[in-house]
Amino acid sequence: MSVAPILLSVEGLTKSYGGVHAVRGVSFELRAGEILALIGPNGAGKSTCFDMLNGQNVPDSGRINLLGEDTAGKKPRAIWRLGVGRTFQITATFPTMTVRENIQVALVSYGRQLFNLWRSTPGFAKAEAGRLLDLVGMGAYAERPCGELAYGDLKRLELAVALANQPKLLLMDEPTAGMAPRERIELMRLTARIAKEQSIGVLFTEHDMDVVFEHADRIIVLNRGLLIAEGLPEQVRNDPQVRAVYLGGGLMYDARHHEGAAT
Amino acid sequence: MAFYVVQFLTGLASAASLFLVASGLSIIFGVTRIVNFAHGAFYMLGAYVAFTLTERFSGALGFWGGMVVAALVVAAVGVLVEMVLLRRIYHSPELFQLLATFGLTLMVEDLVVLIWGPNDLLGRRAPGLKGAVDFFGQNIPSYDLFLIVLGPVVLGILWLLFQRTRWGILVRAATQDRDMVAALGVNQKWLFTSVFAVGVFLAALGGALQIPRDAVNHAMDLRIIVDVFVVVVIGGLGSIIGAFVAAVLVSELNAFGILIFPKISIILVFLVMAAVLIVRPWGLFGKQEAAARRTPGLTVNPWRPLTSGERLAAMVALIVAAALPLVGGNYALTVGSEVAIFVIFAASLHFLMSVGGLASFGHAAYFGLGAYGVALLAKMAGLPMIVCLLLGPLLGCVGAAVFGFFAVQLSGVYFAMLTLAFAQIVWSIAFQWVAVTGGDNGILGVWPEKWVSSASHFYWLSLGVAALVVAALRVMVFSPFGFALRATRDSPLRSEAIGINGKRIQWTAFVIAGTAAGIAGALFAYLKGSVFPDNLGISLSVDALVMVLLGGVETVSGAVVGAIVYKALNIWLVSQTDLSKLVLGGFIVLIVVAFPKGIVGVLETIRNRRRSASSKSALVTSRIETAE
Repeated sequence: MSVAPILLSVEGLTKSYGGVHAVRGVSFELRAGEILALIGPNGAGKSTCFDMLNGQNVPDSGRINLLGEDTAGKKPRAIWRLGVGRTFQITATFPTMTVRENIQVALVSYGRQLFNLWRSTPGFAKAEAGRLLDLVGMGAYAERPCGELAYGDLKRLELAVALANQPKLLLMDEPTAGMAPRERIELMRLTARIAKEQSIGVLFTEHDMDVVFEHADRIIVLNRGLLIAEGLPEQVRNDPQVRAVYLGGGLMYDARHHEGAAT
Repeated sequence: MAFYVVQFLTGLASAASLFLVASGLSIIFGVTRIVNFAHGAFYMLGAYVAFTLTERFSGALGFWGGMVVAALVVAAVGVLVEMVLLRRIYHSPELFQLLATFGLTLMVEDLVVLIWGPNDLLGRRAPGLKGAVDFFGQNIPSYDLFLIVLGPVVLGILWLLFQRTRWGILVRAATQDRDMVAALGVNQKWLFTSVFAVGVFLAALGGALQIPRDAVNHAMDLRIIVDVFVVVVIGGLGSIIGAFVAAVLVSELNAFGILIFPKISIILVFLVMAAVLIVRPWGLFGKQEAAARRTPGLTVNPWRPLTSGERLAAMVALIVAAALPLVGGNYALTVGSEVAIFVIFAASLHFLMSVGGLASFGHAAYFGLGAYGVALLAKMAGLPMIVCLLLGPLLGCVGAAVFGFFAVQLSGVYFAMLTLAFAQIVWSIAFQWVAVTGGDNGILGVWPEKWVSSASHFYWLSLGVAALVVAALRVMVFSPFGFALRATRDSPLRSEAIGINGKRIQWTAFVIAGTAAGIAGALFAYLKGSVFPDNLGISLSVDALVMVLLGGVETVSGAVVGAIVYKALNIWLVSQTDLSKLVLGGFIVLIVVAFPKGIVGVLETIRNRRRSASSKSALVTSRIETAE
């Protein structure tokens, strides 16, 4: 793992709103093919951190080096052009288009054909769109109106859209939020498989500890804007500070078994 | 010096009415999220009813009582409107709400003429305030001083109402989160109705108060609504203090603008508004909307290109249309040319509004600019017709490039209001710059050259251009650019996340739509042989909106069908009745409430239903759809 190149390196990332220090001096790195989970209790600064990485928020100070470029304060579309795919906590798709057209728009943008007034889009890069849909198991749904899809399918479609620009890094904000337990596992397995096959780095935030400990290679933990722990799942799980933050300790490993017994 | 002070005070007095109307609009918007276009109509009704009451009842009590009673009567009318009409469209897209309330405005305009007659009415002066106060040799009407005091008093009362009463707290809560208030067990229906009543009361009172200052007439609604839009946009929609500050600002600009820049006095206010919107898009006191409520569309049918059969049908329809000169006389051909021109105009707005999700309320500006472009080139430069037709629309293109750049920075109702304001700027220029545009008299004698001077030749020209423009726009809808535009409309968040620069895409669409509208305007100038400021007026902008709506906003070919039906109906209607606005307004309201999908939308729904009846699963249905 350590031989893989560094995709993302964050140094001293800081952001405050008025007197609230949302993120304070957070630093970490992410390598190609690595799946990194960003966790922490509500209000820990996960979302703020995430938004600064994907360009929706401008940091007060600190450096974000993404694929060799300083991206702090850059627009989301510029960051996408560098090779970053993105999914949202609440899916963002184009409901009035078919599933395949959703992919085709992303391919049009990737091929820099956005201002082409002539070509017919429904025939644009049809094969590549089909390949991406097959990759996430949505091939049979290609002609369906996107607005009709079930939520779990929307999440898979979003993943396919995020892969359209052949990204080197995926940013996934709560990828399994709002999904049934079984769908969660399937989606994360799929993501992990694609990440390993194509050597894509994945950074995701997540509330479901099952998902986190099952799929993350490494975990970083935020609390009150500070990075309090970083390491392999086993290390983080046994970190006393992390245990203290999560409901005063004892939550994670035990809760997992508890939940498993209940279902 | 004294003169300037007096001018300042006159401005303050004018601000009172403006503030009342604007605060009413703001309060209604804050809670119901409806931009009430009919607010000007309620203002006008207030003035008319107050006129009748103050004429009927004498004395101070008759006058002041009459004003308040007039406002109450109009508020009661407002309650009726809210219960019968608005309650049905609270969940409609905002465009539909704007159009429904505009339809209402049209109806009120004709009703007012029907009841009170077409002439200006001069009301009584206020008892006890008939005189003037001497101020260093300058006269200030006492009534103006009364108004100057009244403005802040009303502001204070509203403040108390919202801060100190239970109702006010509910209204403020609803302004922040309607759904939460509903979840807490508040009867939303009556809250909305009462808020609407208060807003209308303020508008009507504002109208009534104008009686001693101005004649009452049936055009005062549009005049005030444009001013009020400017005020709420500058002050910030939903903010009462913003409405007050902006009303004073706008009134003072009007009062001094006419002294300092008499030539551009009308557009001065719009320039300030544009400046404010660029610096603070949500107005001076407005708050940025937390993630704007995305009104879901009526349908989620993906658009598809024409099948070969449909393409053939379109060709046949075009050939049939081209055969009109064989059967129709000159009048029919002129009507036919006009319909073809409006097909272009409607299709251009459709591109912006349906494909781009940007409902322009000032699209006539680019139509009119194209018309003036042609007229100026033909009359001043004396260029041949074909050159004029090619270059004239460029004026529409340039106008769209300039205004569009600013307009696409906003969205939703703010976009609608800004485009409306820009159209008013262009209208004002055409109206005021007499030396170039001929002002109200327009430019006459823009006749086509010999090769198309016959009605049939001009008809073929119009039809041919219309077919080309519509076909080109249709190709663009299905081009990568068209998809990028739809992507920006559907989800700004996702389109930005896949590298689409939404503003640039929308700006380009605005320019394309403006240029196409300019082409329509250029042909129109030759058809009529003249251009007038009306060619870029509000009513023409609304005509275009209605055409698209009638055909079906969410369809690809709705604009064409809508333009043909609407224009034919309109020409017939005007020849049949004097109350065309009443019928047209009622028609608009009816479409919005009963047939929001439009003609083509309804046809598509019927066809889809028939198709799903014949096949079992939805998946199969969609396969069949694409197989076509």
